[in-house]
Amino acid sequence: MKTLFSFTKKEWLEQIRSGRLLLLTILFVLFGIMNPAIAKLTPWLFETMADELAQSGMSITVGTVSAMDSWIQFFKNIPMALLIFLLLESSVFTKEYQSGTLILALTKGLSRYKVVIAKASVLVILWTIFYWLCFLITFGYNAYFWDNAVALNLMFSVLIPYLFGLWTISLIVLFSTLSQTGTGVLALTGAVVLASYLISMFPKIKDYMPTLLLDGNSLVYGLKDSAAYTSAIFVALFSTLLCMVAAIPIFNKKQM
Amino acid sequence: MDMLHISGLQKRFGDKEVLRGIELTVPENSIFGFMGKNGAGKTTTMKTILGLIKADAGEITVAGEKVAYGQTGTNRHIGYLPDVPEFYSFMNAREYLAFCGQITGMKKSEYEERIAKLLPLVGLDGEKHRIKGFSRGMKQRLGVAQALLNRPRLLICDEPTSALDPVGRKEILEILLAAKEETTILFSTHILSDVERICTDVAFLDHGKIRMQGRLSELKSRYRTEEYLLELEDHRAVGPLLKAFKNLKQAGKCELIFREDGHTMFDLLTFITEKQIPILKLERREPTLESLFMEVVES
Repeated sequence: MKTLFSFTKKEWLEQIRSGRLLLLTILFVLFGIMNPAIAKLTPWLFETMADELAQSGMSITVGTVSAMDSWIQFFKNIPMALLIFLLLESSVFTKEYQSGTLILALTKGLSRYKVVIAKASVLVILWTIFYWLCFLITFGYNAYFWDNAVALNLMFSVLIPYLFGLWTISLIVLFSTLSQTGTGVLALTGAVVLASYLISMFPKIKDYMPTLLLDGNSLVYGLKDSAAYTSAIFVALFSTLLCMVAAIPIFNKKQM
Repeated sequence: MDMLHISGLQKRFGDKEVLRGIELTVPENSIFGFMGKNGAGKTTTMKTILGLIKADAGEITVAGEKVAYGQTGTNRHIGYLPDVPEFYSFMNAREYLAFCGQITGMKKSEYEERIAKLLPLVGLDGEKHRIKGFSRGMKQRLGVAQALLNRPRLLICDEPTSALDPVGRKEILEILLAAKEETTILFSTHILSDVERICTDVAFLDHGKIRMQGRLSELKSRYRTEEYLLELEDHRAVGPLLKAFKNLKQAGKCELIFREDGHTMFDLLTFITEKQIPILKLERREPTLESLFMEVVES
């Protein structure tokens, strides 16, 4: 237990001293502010452009902006934030294979499963902190400018992209035990996500695919019921667990 | 007691047979030089001892315990220094050693005491910078310190001196000599002078097999030949000497090699005195590791 704690502490120290923690903080705070800011600025942008557009024969009527516009931005931007998060963190394992730093730790008797647990837990905690930080910032601004009550099923709809993030993190962890390079990990993870998208084209299977979880917009609009997501949530949670558990025996047998 | 015992170790990567039945015994409290050309299989052997590579066949015991691949419990007896050690570059030397102490499961007081002793030993006690800015020599010295941290019974060093300049090499060898007091050392190298300087035992690895092993002094005396080098002042004396002694061989313009075979050294000396042949040098040739090495590699 103490050795797991020490290795996890090292992971956090690395996040801090490599500057990644700072970078992620800035990134997610920025995303959090951007959602309401874009919603707030849209009417103003249209107004300034209205004259120009009128000359070219277009007329624009600017409707009133509500918290809904900000939430739509939130669900549109979260995949981008997640992508940057994964790009920054995808090499947590592979960097150590390539530099050979892990070999020294393992030859000192550090159990391999502790490496997987430490690194996976850091990723999950980071995603949890930053996702909800981003959410709280958007939520706060929305409450200040407008009223969050317009968004239906809000808590449930923000929970599902978070679960999607956990699912991709588990893929990163699993593929990190299989692949030797960071690009390999990203390529494999990307391939699985892409496959999930493509399979979603078949209407019957669509509801089971984790990629459905990125569609929070239909929920806040009330176009969909939360029950529509049950299968996808179940599949995502189950495969997350499966990936995390499978990573340990695979990592135990990995040639260093 | 034997600290390390390897029998019948085999490993192949694809169609390349790297280890072909290694038999190796490292006695306790020795400095064991593990020699071989690049690509002979030294690193593979060491990584197998550490349980980092799975062997195809054979058995390894460390301090009497069998080595298992993957979850390698025997590693608690071992300190390991890879050929190019890489550390977490965002830490400084002291932090890194403390981290090593923690993941080894040492008590805080215990590893702090060891760090206080090891940092001066490897000459890094005044170093406050992060490892990022360390030179190769400094990294190698930190590598020795981390390997010695938990008082291992066996210290394994993979070519610890190969990448270093002469000063760095001398420092590492001195640190290893100092470490001999508390541990058995197995180190691989292709630098013969390093072995000659500090090793008590030696083994030659060639094409995945151990060709020769034993105490350095014994091997040398076993292969001692009664060979002398004679250097003359004047090359005109070479002819008569070659005529008189069949066991003389010309090695250079004025240089002759004499092997005690039929005629003794004293016969030669008498001949030289009688004919009053001026000489520059007469020396008995010691078998060098290099000549042993070449003999092994060529045979």
